[in-house]
Amino acid sequence: MMWMKCTISIVPATSTLHSPDVAVHADMREDFLKTLRCIILSRILEEKLGSLYRAGGRIVGGVYLGRGQEAFSAAAGNNLRYGKDIYGPLIRDQAGRIAYGEPLLDAMRTYLGVITGPMRGRDGNIHRGRPREGCMAMISHLGSLLSVVAGALFARRLRGTLGDTVGATSIGDGGTSTGAFHEGLNMAAVEKLPLVISVANNQFAYSTPTSRQYACEDLVDRARGYGIEGYSVDGTDLLACVATFRTAFARARAGHGPQMVVGKLLRLGGHGEHDDASYIPDSARHKHEARDCIEVAKKQAIDLGWITEAEIRTWEEESRREVDAAQAIASKEPTPDPYRETWHALSTSELVEGQHG
Amino acid sequence: MSITYLEAIREAQYEALRSDPNVFLYGQDISTFGGAFKATKNLSREFPGRVFDSPISEDAMIGMAVGAAIEGARPIIEMQFADFSSVGFNQIVNQAATLYWRTNTPCPITIRMPSGGTAGSGPFHSQSMESIYAHYPGIVILTPATVEDAYWMLLESVKLNDPVIFCEHKFLYYHLKSEGFGEALPIGKARIARPGRDATVVAYSAMLHEALKSAEELQMDGYQVEVVDLRSVKPMDTDTILASVSRTGRLLAVGESFPWGGVTAEIIARVSSEAFHMLDAPPMRLNSKDTPIPYHPNLWKTHRPTTSSITAALRTLLRY
Repeated sequence: MMWMKCTISIVPATSTLHSPDVAVHADMREDFLKTLRCIILSRILEEKLGSLYRAGGRIVGGVYLGRGQEAFSAAAGNNLRYGKDIYGPLIRDQAGRIAYGEPLLDAMRTYLGVITGPMRGRDGNIHRGRPREGCMAMISHLGSLLSVVAGALFARRLRGTLGDTVGATSIGDGGTSTGAFHEGLNMAAVEKLPLVISVANNQFAYSTPTSRQYACEDLVDRARGYGIEGYSVDGTDLLACVATFRTAFARARAGHGPQMVVGKLLRLGGHGEHDDASYIPDSARHKHEARDCIEVAKKQAIDLGWITEAEIRTWEEESRREVDAAQAIASKEPTPDPYRETWHALSTSELVEGQHG
Repeated sequence: MSITYLEAIREAQYEALRSDPNVFLYGQDISTFGGAFKATKNLSREFPGRVFDSPISEDAMIGMAVGAAIEGARPIIEMQFADFSSVGFNQIVNQAATLYWRTNTPCPITIRMPSGGTAGSGPFHSQSMESIYAHYPGIVILTPATVEDAYWMLLESVKLNDPVIFCEHKFLYYHLKSEGFGEALPIGKARIARPGRDATVVAYSAMLHEALKSAEELQMDGYQVEVVDLRSVKPMDTDTILASVSRTGRLLAVGESFPWGGVTAEIIARVSSEAFHMLDAPPMRLNSKDTPIPYHPNLWKTHRPTTSSITAALRTLLRY
């Protein structure tokens, strides 16, 4: 039975042990297939973005991809309702964004730097967001988004509009070293907010290996220190990721405070497309966490009889058409005009200073 | 009824909480304890569930305020001392200040910063941060010098749809008193605190009062010194400054922050480039010394501009 191959390890960071019984989760089929569809689309979109970047001239700015992290990212995003829940995606969360419901055009328009996108040429690519709709727009300073997501949840609770909404944000192994991450997570724990924090331990922060990043045995050990519930999961195993995040989100929504899910995986590429990742040793490329999560997921689904190879090929073709259609629309749209830009950094326009000097 | 500058700040927060359910207060020791300076005294009792003690996490406090503001709340964040805002610097200048520009989402947060020196407070409880924050786009920087401005400008800050750094001067907390709150003056406009014809001093916050005393002293010698209260560092009311300098032909800019760059340098730059022909003397500026702020009162009172150093500078300016 394929179920037995799932490796779900829930670490009891607090005194309570939460162990989802995989066998009873036959209803995972729907979530699993939905997420698989998202990660296939995400990979195809990112391959397109990568090739546009390498061709030069079309993509504005850098391209930072989530190759190898799609399963972990999408399994989290799949638990969020667009327009209802709060999401603070980070740099390798294209798959999570798709699962969350961000329109593909938002991505394509931002990468192509056209004014129809959410950032209107003022900021780019992975920084995109629509905060008023619940999708926060990350800044480059790692860890600093955590408290923003926490604040949105805090305000909802204060105003009585929290209901069953939940917040989620991501970090990598490197980002866990920042003061902002610590402050934000500690505050979220003190305020007992319904927040799920995904820690994608992809082994390298840009080029720095985890041995130069932290000294604890496992990042999930930190959950105990914050007094929150923590989970370890094989980030290359979509089935395990779907099951683990389902539990974590349910616990967060049920009022059990922040949930930290640490996924072990490997970034299957450079930090960005400019980076050849030559610092990743061959030995790392042959470890379990170097498995391609998409290939693992496809096999899982086929072995379980949930989908056929032909159906997967159909999905892939549909995804290519979706990506091409988005590109076709966005590439015809206008880029920003500096002479039409207001150059106002304040929303209160009467307080904007004129130019001096 | 005599009201202090500190009481005005408490009253403004009371009124903000009373008039808008979206307002809440978040800061260290501000709940039942009422804050290190008692600027939130009794507010947690008067507004249960709206005044929160925060962990000692300036970064997370500001980030949290930004997230709350996105959701429609209007947080007032108390930095226990302006000095500690350096820990939240990134969230202020990169998160809060860029949000509207990047995403078209207003960021109505007010960050209260107990600022400036008092005797014996030393290097880390005395700083004036307005020059640092004014450098960044996307933030309004207010520096009230009067009880009236402390009250009205704080209320106005909470209503603004942009991040506000509210620099309230600790030296004025208890000493400065008024009979009432008077009337609100518009944000972003300077005020002629004392009219004169011989020289213009542009000052703000606690330095306004040192400058006014200097003007008083120099009146004995027959000089009429005009004193402009900047009120708002950013936006800076350049028109009022230029109009004053066009009348007097002489300019001294006084600020308590460190001398390299900053508010006084900006004033000099604007006047020099836009009203060079109006000047009868080289414009002057006076700031604190270029060292950390000293602990001992003997050193501290020489480190920052005072009535006597302002008077000395003005004599040089007037003699030119």
